[in-house]
Amino acid sequence: MAVKVRIPTPLRKLTDGRGEVEAAGKTIGDLLSDLEERYPGIKERLYDEGGNLRRFVNIYVNDEDIRFMHGSETALSDGDEVSIVPAIAGG
Amino acid sequence: MNRKSAVSDILKQKIKGLKCRECGKLYPPVALHVCEFCFGPLEVDYNYDEIKRHISHERIENGPKSLWRYADLLPVEGYPTVGLYAGLTPLIEAKNLGTELGLNRLYIKNDTVNHPTLSFKDRVVAIAITRAKELGFSAVACASTGNLANSVAAHAAEARLQCYVFIPGDLEAGKILGSLIYAPTVIAVNGNYDDVNRLCSEVAGEYNWGFVNINIRPYYAEGSKTLAFETAEQLGWRAPDHVVVPVASGSLLTKIWKGFNELKMLGLIESVPTRVNGAQAEGCSPVATAFKEGRDFIKPVKPKTIAKSIAIGNPADGYYALKAVHESKGAFDTATDGETIEGIKLLARTEGIFAETAGGVTIAVLKKLAMNGLIPKDDTVVAYVTGNGLKTQEAVINAVGDVVRIEPSMDSFEKTLSIKK
Repeated sequence: MAVKVRIPTPLRKLTDGRGEVEAAGKTIGDLLSDLEERYPGIKERLYDEGGNLRRFVNIYVNDEDIRFMHGSETALSDGDEVSIVPAIAGG
Repeated sequence: MNRKSAVSDILKQKIKGLKCRECGKLYPPVALHVCEFCFGPLEVDYNYDEIKRHISHERIENGPKSLWRYADLLPVEGYPTVGLYAGLTPLIEAKNLGTELGLNRLYIKNDTVNHPTLSFKDRVVAIAITRAKELGFSAVACASTGNLANSVAAHAAEARLQCYVFIPGDLEAGKILGSLIYAPTVIAVNGNYDDVNRLCSEVAGEYNWGFVNINIRPYYAEGSKTLAFETAEQLGWRAPDHVVVPVASGSLLTKIWKGFNELKMLGLIESVPTRVNGAQAEGCSPVATAFKEGRDFIKPVKPKTIAKSIAIGNPADGYYALKAVHESKGAFDTATDGETIEGIKLLARTEGIFAETAGGVTIAVLKKLAMNGLIPKDDTVVAYVTGNGLKTQEAVINAVGDVVRIEPSMDSFEKTLSIKK
């Protein structure tokens, strides 16, 4: 199952400069593990030492914040679009 | 040495770079807002030793009659190039409102009359666009609930920069017109502010624009400190016992707290007794809710409030605003839409100041804090009223009286009004 993932600038050094990559997974958690396999190092940027998503990382599935859905357990379908976006912006 | 060249000497050495607030990693002072290692916010790292050697009450008091009198503590490297008249708004001793609320030393910091676009955003934008020019941008942009869009559009016109402002699709007419008049590209997004903000974060990654509240944010946000600096100076170089601050992203509150603490660190005020209190609209109160529930993380919400200027459901600095309120032993409270309208009317009726909805929230929360005994009657209190009511007329249009219509004759006048001579 292929999902398009938009990568924010701070992580593009890990994706050969690419702002959009493909990955697979049934849930957001799976998808991030798959991303780690394809682009080693990405997971430790997104998760803290306790294994939780970092405070200043927001993840969206089809433009909806996963915190309004099921967090890391949010299910993904073929063709979904995921965005990883730094939380620090705006106001 | 004249004053101007003295300022210039300091300006060159006062910024060391940017520093991650979370992990401390250092970066050069460029257009960058997020730590690439931990996603924490980058902040300006000042050379405080150098600043301390030069700064004094006298030096500030002899400076320009604008926020640029605090240039030593603002993150620009040269002279300001736009927004030269922002800030230094009145600190009003609000005796009438104080009497109604049982507060003997109440002040209103009146940013409804900021120059040029009548909100506190003129502070942050003066700094952001001066900095964006220093960094060589030819286009500036922002994600905005309205006031920021107005200010960015106005300052971009002054600076002759291309300008793109992104706003939620359902803003008040006054806020939309207040941007369009300066002829920027206004992009109304079908969605709420959090949608706009998320989109802009992605746009900022692809376009080489100076997004004042994204890649320029470390510089931009510092402008809010001037609300603390001015308050302290206007009170005779001391910090108040309480402040009441509207909370949207949480940046304003966080920077007011930082501003007072910087003044103390530099020896410009003796102490910071200030309790920092946050005001949110009940229909968008993720930070106030975290405070009440004793959490240190913010659960985002979908905003539903007439206070559109502070309708941010996913606040970037919510965590830090919460921390500042805890550190200062302040409190949070919320206002319903009805209380917000009453707050606007109360301030207008007692002090002759017409605030926008965020100001109504602030006054309503000030009232609650006073009624609940959280603000002792002889404490010095400053409420920050940050935007002008003429921009949010929809909120009060059905809550004010109507005109008295008469014919142009003495007879009609006297019959209709029957006022005793």
